[in-house]
Amino acid sequence: MSDKKYLYKKTAVLTDKSSHYCPGCSHGLVHKMLAEIIEEFGIQKKTIFVAPVGCAVLLYDYIDCDTLEAAHGRAPASATGIKRSNPDNVVIAYQGDGDLLAIGMAETIHAANRGENITVIFINNAIYGMTGGQMAPTTLVGQKTLTTPLGRNPSNEGYPIGACELLNTLTAPYFIERCKVNSSKTAIYTKKVLKKAITNQMNNKGYSFVEILSNCNTNWGMTPLDANKWIDENVEKIFPVKNFRDGDAK
Amino acid sequence: MKDKILMKGNEALAEAAIRGGCRYYFGYPITPQNEVPAYMSKRLPEVGGVFIQAESETASINMVYGACASGARAMTSSSSPGISLMQEGISYIAGSEVPAVIINVMRGGPGLGNISPSQADYLQSVKGGGHGDYNVIIFAPSTVQELADYAYDSFDVAFKYRNPVMILADGVLGQISEGVILPEFKEIKDAPEWALGKGKERNIIRSLFLNPEDRLTTHNIHLQEKYRRIEKEIQYFEEYKCEDAEYLIVAYGTTSRICKSAIDNMRNNGIKIGLFRPISLWPFPYAKLKENAASKETLFVVEMAYNQLEQDVRIGVEGAAPIERLNKLGGSVFNEEEIIDFISNSITLKGNKYVG
Repeated sequence: MSDKKYLYKKTAVLTDKSSHYCPGCSHGLVHKMLAEIIEEFGIQKKTIFVAPVGCAVLLYDYIDCDTLEAAHGRAPASATGIKRSNPDNVVIAYQGDGDLLAIGMAETIHAANRGENITVIFINNAIYGMTGGQMAPTTLVGQKTLTTPLGRNPSNEGYPIGACELLNTLTAPYFIERCKVNSSKTAIYTKKVLKKAITNQMNNKGYSFVEILSNCNTNWGMTPLDANKWIDENVEKIFPVKNFRDGDAK
Repeated sequence: MKDKILMKGNEALAEAAIRGGCRYYFGYPITPQNEVPAYMSKRLPEVGGVFIQAESETASINMVYGACASGARAMTSSSSPGISLMQEGISYIAGSEVPAVIINVMRGGPGLGNISPSQADYLQSVKGGGHGDYNVIIFAPSTVQELADYAYDSFDVAFKYRNPVMILADGVLGQISEGVILPEFKEIKDAPEWALGKGKERNIIRSLFLNPEDRLTTHNIHLQEKYRRIEKEIQYFEEYKCEDAEYLIVAYGTTSRICKSAIDNMRNNGIKIGLFRPISLWPFPYAKLKENAASKETLFVVEMAYNQLEQDVRIGVEGAAPIERLNKLGGSVFNEEEIIDFISNSITLKGNKYVG
């Protein structure tokens, strides 16, 4: 028995608590990948997460690191306060689309524009999950939500906002990339990108931003498989998956 | 013997805060407190600190939240409209039991108001201001020296109780230049065990407690027990010529200084009048006020606001003496004569022996 080898094991940086995320939701996968990276880098004690308001507010229930629960949209400001006073800690702000692009747009842009040496993880699922499925800044044109019952209509609600495209207009950010995690292949690649975004911070390179196209199958009213397919067929058309900037490549 | 130097209120408080251990300042420009960020931007890098001009007051207070949550001595300053924007953040800071120091150099309101001195943020400050059951410790200095002294001490108070502390000044105190003796640089010990990235155990700083029955209720009871302890331990006030007084003025901050001059003048004319000046506005020194009010003919509440301080005076006095009010509205400052006239007329109308 003792020579049994594990090919796969849950990282110790994840707690044993049952997740409140809906089955099939991308949050759990991204949490796991971040926790694995933190274990691999040996930075559990020095990593400080900033949790958003939204589905990931209970992030600290699952990822076993010091965490500050920020006010809605203010994660980049609070992360700035932590990082500036504790430059040796690894500070990761984890935010959703309402948090990052609606109520927290100013904080998002200005933390990036100052080139804060933090890592921002942006979960873009094109909808407000926690409050039951309202329109997000990234909701697609025509997409039905609780507050766009006939579909998002640009003449009334405008168009989806591209976070990477916006941030890419700024000079200061070091790294900007949009990924997706709707297949094993894309998830494995995204983990590499997350590693890079955290490594950048550890090497004092400055602001790194990773957007992850995620599903919200519950509020999209789809099965997890259909939701993952919808990302390829619809979401990615508006939000192209690619690297926008890599300071290392300069 | 330390030298007394001439300093503007806003700069004196900034220097004193640094000497009290402040190394991180986050703020957004607004008159009449602009000398604070200007001073900090020059001075903090000299002492190994960090200054950031934030994108808004909302961002400022949330930067303070992050820095103080990780054990750093951080502060922000603003004036009335900016303080309104910070209220959500102050509620989070209080709810998460994070220390913080906030300076409010009050100006006229409501809305954009003006940039003149005012005391119209009294109720917002002392009664909470943001959402939920919480209290902010409020100190109201009346001189540049006091402004510096409270800025210096407020970090110790904030960290002792893990609670936000606000210094409630006004445009006069921020802008006036007076002689001040600056305190010595304070030696700051290691960050507290509860702070992010500082503990032996894992630390989570939050204000979300989803189970209302046994979690948020328990948390709120814990907060209230802390507030009761603070009420016992912090009761700051000044009594000026109260011993033989038959009449009493209640005023704080800049207004209290003008009242002192008025009192000296009235006493020269035989009116036995004194001043009770609350310095901690929360916790308010109710008991001491009541003690002083007990034997008085009349209490005069004088404030650059309408019926704000007076509400606390009425709570404290509990009907023990009649109360009259003198208010100055819209960001303008009393002059001594109008205070004397108001009080003298009031006494005359009651047929008092002193005024002929």
